[in-house]
This record gives sequence, C-alpha cells and structure tokens, in this order.
Amino acid sequence: MAKKKERGKRLAGKAAERKKRLAEKLAGVRPDNVKYILATDVGSTTTKARFFKKIGEDYRYVVSGEAPTTVEAPYEDVTMGAKNAVREVEELTDHKFLHEGGIILPGEEGKGVDLYVTTSSAGGGLQMMVAGVVRSMTAESAERAALGAGAIVMDVIAVDDGRYTYQKIHRIRTLRPDMMLLGGGTDGGNVRHVMEMTEIVRAAEPKPRFGIGFTLPIVYAGNVKIRGRVKDALGEFFTLTVVDNLRPVLEVENTEPARAAIHELFMEHVMSHAPGYNKLMTWTDVPIMPTPAGEGMMMQLIAKVFETNVLGVGLGGATTNLYSIFDEKFVRTVSANLGMSYSICNVMMEATMENIMRWIPFDIEEGDVRNRLRNKMIRPTTIPHTMEELMVEHAVAREALRLGLEHHRALARGLKGVKKKGSLWDASQIKVFEEAEEESYLDMMRISIVAGTGGLLSHAPRRAQSLLILTDAFQPEGVTRIFQDSVFMMPHLGVLSTVHSKAAWDVFDKDCLVRLGTVIAPKGLASPGGRVMRVTLGMPDGSKIVEDLTFGEMKRIDLPEREEASVMIRPTRRFDVGAGPGKILNAKAYGGVVGVVMDARGRPLELPDEDGTRMEKLVEWFSALGLYPKQFLDDMRRELAS
Amino acid sequence: MKAKEVSESAHAYTPGLKMKRAIRVRKVRRLPVPGEVLVDRGDTVSFGTVVARTHVPGDPHVLRAAYAIGVEPEDFPGYVLKKVGDPVEEGEPLARNRMLFGLINKVCPSPVKGRVETVSELTGQLIVRGDPVPVEVTAYIPGKVVDVLPREGVVVETEAAFIQGIFGIGGETHGEIDVLVDSAEGVLEADMMGGDCEGKILVGGSLVTKSALYKAVEVGASGIVAGGIGDEDLIEFVGYDIGVAITGHEEVGLSVIITEGFGKMNMSKSAFGLLKEFDGREASISGATQIRAGVMRPEVIIPHGEESPSSEADVELAGGIKAGTCIRVIREPYFGLLGEVVSLPVELEQIETESRVRVVEVQLDDGRRVIVPRANVEIIEE
Repeated sequence: MAKKKERGKRLAGKAAERKKRLAEKLAGVRPDNVKYILATDVGSTTTKARFFKKIGEDYRYVVSGEAPTTVEAPYEDVTMGAKNAVREVEELTDHKFLHEGGIILPGEEGKGVDLYVTTSSAGGGLQMMVAGVVRSMTAESAERAALGAGAIVMDVIAVDDGRYTYQKIHRIRTLRPDMMLLGGGTDGGNVRHVMEMTEIVRAAEPKPRFGIGFTLPIVYAGNVKIRGRVKDALGEFFTLTVVDNLRPVLEVENTEPARAAIHELFMEHVMSHAPGYNKLMTWTDVPIMPTPAGEGMMMQLIAKVFETNVLGVGLGGATTNLYSIFDEKFVRTVSANLGMSYSICNVMMEATMENIMRWIPFDIEEGDVRNRLRNKMIRPTTIPHTMEELMVEHAVAREALRLGLEHHRALARGLKGVKKKGSLWDASQIKVFEEAEEESYLDMMRISIVAGTGGLLSHAPRRAQSLLILTDAFQPEGVTRIFQDSVFMMPHLGVLSTVHSKAAWDVFDKDCLVRLGTVIAPKGLASPGGRVMRVTLGMPDGSKIVEDLTFGEMKRIDLPEREEASVMIRPTRRFDVGAGPGKILNAKAYGGVVGVVMDARGRPLELPDEDGTRMEKLVEWFSALGLYPKQFLDDMRRELAS
Repeated sequence: MKAKEVSESAHAYTPGLKMKRAIRVRKVRRLPVPGEVLVDRGDTVSFGTVVARTHVPGDPHVLRAAYAIGVEPEDFPGYVLKKVGDPVEEGEPLARNRMLFGLINKVCPSPVKGRVETVSELTGQLIVRGDPVPVEVTAYIPGKVVDVLPREGVVVETEAAFIQGIFGIGGETHGEIDVLVDSAEGVLEADMMGGDCEGKILVGGSLVTKSALYKAVEVGASGIVAGGIGDEDLIEFVGYDIGVAITGHEEVGLSVIITEGFGKMNMSKSAFGLLKEFDGREASISGATQIRAGVMRPEVIIPHGEESPSSEADVELAGGIKAGTCIRVIREPYFGLLGEVVSLPVELEQIETESRVRVVEVQLDDGRRVIVPRANVEIIEE
C-alpha cells in the first residue's frame, strides 16, 4: 500500500512539474510579440511543416515543407523527419530554423521562430480500447469520448457485446492499446457489471504498445460510488486515472473530463515512450496534440464562425476522420482502416470493387485496378502520374468517404436508454431497453457546410475535383457550401489556436479555408430527362441567370470567392430543396473557386447500370464541372462514342 | 522567394529496397516478455538453434462461479474450496454448494490446470489462470552471437547476401535456394516443381502463378521468391482478402516473397542475379510485412558461410537521392524501369495530372530521359 502511495505521489509530482514547465513556457509567449511561427504535423507517412509569418497586422501562411516520417526503424526518431521537413522550408525561403539542438527560438529577421507547435499521428496515432456495461449506452458514450479526444478506437468491450468472456479477454490481450477508457453504470447505479468488466480487464493484463515495462494507462469514468473498488482492483497493475462519470445519469453524456484525461495521459505516457518524442517535446512550446484533435478544433471553429451545421472530413492515408457539428453537438468518428494509401485495399475490401469501378469513366479490367491499388498499398507514398491513375484514386476516395459517413451515422445519434418503452431482464441480468433502433440525427438537408481536408483532397490538382468527390460521397441536399483545406494545415492551426487564436484564425480564414462554392442539389428522383428545377441567380453585378435542369444533369456557374448571389430555386413537385416538395426556396449562393454547382442527379444518387451509359454520364458530369483537362475528356468522349 | 543553397542534401529520400551481395546482417532475437537467454556471446548458432526461452502467463478463465452453484455473490466466498494462489487441476472443484443434506450438489469445476487468481464477492466471479505457456526464440540466421540482452534475447550476426522484398506472406523459415526459371522475366509455373523441391526456396522471375503456389505447398517447398503475383491469386491462396498490409502470420504452408509488386513484373536484374549466384545455398527467409507502423519488409538472407567476401559499405540513407543515384520507378507509366538520376530540380513542376510536385529527371536504361515525381522513385542500393 505504501509503495502504491509512493508511486502515486511520484506520478502526481511528475505531472505537476510538467505543468509548471509548460506554464513557464507559455508565460513567455506574448501573442503580440509573435512574428514567426512554425508548425508541424508528424503524420503516419509524412511530416508536414508549415511556416507562418506576421505581415502587417495579419498572420499569413508562407510555405510548406514535407518529408517522410521517421518514427520507424532504422531511424526511430521523429525529430529526424521533422528536421527534414523544416529543412525543406529553409530551402524554399531565406529563413533559417534549425540548430543542432532543435528549433531556433526566438525569431528574428531571417532566423528562428517565436512559436513552434506540433500535432502527431505517427506510429498509428493514439490507439485506445474502451469498455462499458451496455454496448449501446455507457460503452457507446466511452467510444464517443475516446473518438472525441482524437483516438482510434481499436475495440469496444461491453457486457452485452455478444462475445464470450474468454473472447473478450483474448481480444484485450491480443491488441496492444496505448490506453484504455473504462466506463459503466450511472452514479449510484450498476455495480456488479462494472466490477465484472473491471475484473476482466485486470485478468487480461493488457500491455501498452510502446515502452515494454511500463504500465498501461487506464481512465475510469464510470459509477462514482465504486471508485474505491475499481482502484483496489486496478490500481496496483495499471496507471489509473479516475474522472467524472461519462453517464452520471442516463439522460446526460459528460465526455469532457474523460477527454481531458486522455489528452493529459497521451502526453505523459504515450508520446513520451514513442521514438524521439521526448526530444520533440523539448522543442515545442505547447503540448503535442493528436492530429485529429487539431483537425476537429478547426471543424468546430467553422461551425462557430458560420453559425451552422457542418460535416467535415479528414481523408488520410491510413484513416478517415469524420466530424459533425449538428445542432451544436460535436461528434467525431474515425474509420481506422479507410484511407488512401496504407488502407486503400481495405477500402477495396469494404466498398467492393463493383462500387469503386462505377466511378471510373474508362474501360479497364477489374484485375488491373486491383493490382494498381495493391501496389499503392505496398508503396504508399507514391502519387498518380497519369490522368487515369488519378481518376482511379478519385474513385476510391469517393468510396472511402461514403463508408466513413456510414460509420459516422452509426455514432451520430441520440443517447440510447433515455426513452425506454419497457424493460426486461435477460439471462445475464443486464437491463435491455426495448426501443426502436435510433437513426442518425444527421439530416443532409440541414447541413449547410461540408468541409474536407487530407492529402488527396488538399492536393487535388483542380479544386473542382475535391468538390465533386465530396458531393458524390456525401450527397449533400438542398443548398450546401463546400470548403476545403488549401494545403493541409487544419491540424497545425488547431494546435496553434490553443496558444495564439488570432494567428490561427488569420491563417485559417485567408490561406487555409478554400471556399469551393455552393452546391444546389434537390432531393428526389425522376426518369432520365424529367424536369427537376429552375434556378434563378441574381448575380453580384445585377445580372440574372436562369437555368432549367433536367434529371441527371449538372451545370456550373462562375461566382468568385467571397462573392454571393441571391438564388431562387423552383423545384418540380417530386423534388425538395429544403422548403418541401415542389416548394420554392429563396437562399444565398456563396462563391468559390469552383462556383455554383447545380446538381440535378437526384438523391439518393444512382448511377446508370449499363457500363456505356454510366461512363458517358460520368464524362458529361466531369466536363460540366471542368474536372479534368478538356482535351482529355473530349478524347474520352470520342472513344466512348466509337 | 528564391531557392537557397543548403549545405545538407534535399532529404527527399525514399529508402528503396536493400539489395546487397555482401553485408553484415544483424538480427535482434528478442523474447516477447523477459525470460532466460540460452546462449553466450561468441557462440556459433544455426538456423534453428533456440537462443532464448520464456513462459508467458497462461490465459485467464473467468468463471461465473456464484451463478454456477446457485448462491448470491456476497455469500459466495463461503462456498469456495480454494484460496487465491492455490494450484488447481483441470476438473477439480473450485466451489461447491450442498443443499438438502447433500441431495443437491452444485459444483463449479476448474476448466484448466492452473492457479486461482481472484475470488470476487462483489461479482461472484472466480478467475483461474492457466499454467504458463513456454515460448522459444530461434537464431533464424546462422552466425555468431555478438551481444546478449540480459533476460531478453541476443543479437546474431552473419556475413550474407541480403535481398529485401516489397510484400510477403508467411513467417520465418529456411531452405536451399532453387532458381527454377532462366531469367528475371520467367514465370514460375506448377509443372516446374517436383519432389526434389521439398524444403527448398523456389525462385521465379516475373510472376508466380496460382497453380504454382498450390503445387509448391504440395511438394513441401519452404518458400517462393518471385517478382510479381496476381492480387486475386493471392487472395484465393490465402483464403481471405488482405485489407491492411500486416502479414507474417498466415498459415498457408510456406512463405512467399514478392520483390516488385502486384501483377506480372520482371524481378529486378540485381535481385535475380544474386539469387542465381547463390543458387543451391541455404537461406533464411521471412514473409512478414508491415507497411504502416513498422515498415517491415520481407527478406531473403543468404549467409556466406566460410568464403565470406568483405562487406560493402551500407548506403547512408539520410544522404538521399543525388545526381548519379541509381533508381527504380515505382509507379505507372514507367513502373519497374531502372535509371540514373540526372538532376533534382528544386522548383515544383507540373506533371500530366496537373499536380505541381517535386520531380526528378531520370535517364532510363532504355535510353529515354523522363521527368518523374520524386515520390515515385526508389533508390536501388547496390
């Protein structure tokens, strides 16, 4: 017991020391004195450096540098990749950032920075297991809390998850998480099942991924009445942190204390054991943040600034992160194995080749596409060199996003267990609530902004490509603005916003957030050629544009960024743009680098079954939006016609 | 902004696959949990020498014992026949509830041989931990033990030829190299294999066919090394689709190492040349691949044995690509072609997709001079 107390004291002392160090560092950061800022994101594939500078009164993005991440053997030191990325920035500017010990601080003309911040998802990011009592209640709340903290949830263990105890134990033993979150029971509620889960965790002895010999951090956020018993069961074997209950009562979900504890432990126990992070931590002025947490902060900022519902996505090489801010409720999900490089074959597996092939507008053998995707998986850092290769990747991206949204909908739903119609006791004596499976509250008609980030979207050669990929995958309804991250810097700005909100907002507004345009898409279906809507646009110069659209048609009108047009949409009776079927909607269309896109392909979007017709339609839509070079699309059309 | 002279190189390095005729290979052979090291520094070990041994804790068996004997959890400790820490045999009663003068006798037996770990009056659960499971680590490569990691394992060193593949399946194994095709373009077919292939590592050129994979298992080959493989053939052979490239645990009867990629792809001349040169020699191979966290690639290690040529210097990876560096293009439209770097423009250039990217100017071996994204080439270490 004395030993345990001593260990607890030591840990508390360490945390306090770290907090003091941080406070001292931050005290030195005077926002007004900050002129040069360097931010990095240590990704699982690439380390991305971004250089920001105060020009006049505003902060602006200057230049990027990228280099392979060096978390793995033979390097096993993330600072090498970070230095290489920063060195690329040095190459492209006359500014020097590096000295032997790290980043030169503070900044002056031509040398050093006043602030250095970083996010990280290297080595697979923060990987967690969560556990609760009922799968759709406390375990789901625990899952949402972990996801909200930027974690990848490897598995969700619950008393009623359909597995036998030995299967649960085997699973916990096999996976090597960075951390566990244990919830269960309302305050003063369930004791037995929470303790059962506790005993299972104790028996399984999960080991941390990094740092053999270290104990696994566990956050307990369950029934407050049995904290002592949980401590007795786990305290000796794990680094246990106890926080407020995730579900103090069934009607309330309180994820914030668990989320904060996860961030604290991420720095203290996970990052500090990952190769090179101890060194990297001495370079930074602020705690290293998981990449998705940084990204999520910026998505929330979009919702706050534009005061509307937002659906955001970070399409990465290994994972796809979805964020929704709907009626002020923020939910993040991560599809750990949906991505455009490492996980590209998992997209192929989950989406099926048939669904990927439907987005490809030219003849190509399925086997050929399969081999190309496999080759991308084994050489994940390669990029498409030919137009055909680019189109194949764009096809996969649509499917990765579609699946990501499907996963997201499963968690973006109301709290289970609140409105019970009746209850019964099953054989294992768990209260089972008889209620209809609640559908996601995400209503695409009420989402006014869709925002995308991640390598494929940010690096798409033409912005219209990102707009259509997001539109095809998410199928926004009504009038929706589409945004994207210019050069992938949302995570950088997310962590920067924690210490310098002005700099983060300046760069975000002026250099990061690309307004792609507005998509007008009525919900409904008709026969090919059937009338869908008439759109009347009042352009900023006073002119009027009237467009009639038939089913299956797409049109685009130029409307520059930061300009707006009044729009009157008159849908036919089978279609709805937000005011009801056949009802006129008056709205605003905001400009962007693509402009206003009128999408009369109907919702849900269905592609023609016949291959020739399908390819012709794809080429027609791509041409309407100027998605790829005209010459290339014209050749394609000629080939299809012949 | 202008490009600036930098003393250090551009650092846009794609390490590429390692290929060496003579290199000092060091392998750390580590136990999953601390245990006993069985060899000493300086010892000579062979492929299968056990170098370290340990026991991992047995599986825990969580029993709803109170429920099984029909008592409430809070009363349960009074019915338990064993104390925490007691050894138990499989089938031995752990808790018993006798009712009605012994007419009803409810027993909770131990499902395994092991020890009682916990007895909970809160949940009525009893946990029995199975006996520890022995785990052994072999040397994998023949050579000398150059370092002992106390209680963890050893480092084995040998002079060898080394070929890194791009993707593989199956774990560590060893066998005699048997090159069954005439050239790097040759396809490894089933009819090339016979009973004499048992225990061997069979080498093909551009492709291993599906029927050849099955035939190799049938004749008892240890492994296959080839340039390419069809994605659908691989899936059928393994029996499931591989979503994320983490392999090495497949139990398909042999290990397969692919050196170039998916589809029909000529094995690089240097890899084929090395395998041909060492035809008939014993080699260690591992198909384990982990592309995300770990960047583990499959490998062929051919120990030189007695007549050991001197090791070549290892290429300094951080040195990156320079003019004159030998590279291979690793994506369409020049996939698989070899060449030499002519220049590395600092400025971004537009490629066919209209992307503006960092590029490299390459003189291909077929005489063409082309511009390729820097991300699409890998250094050939030879």
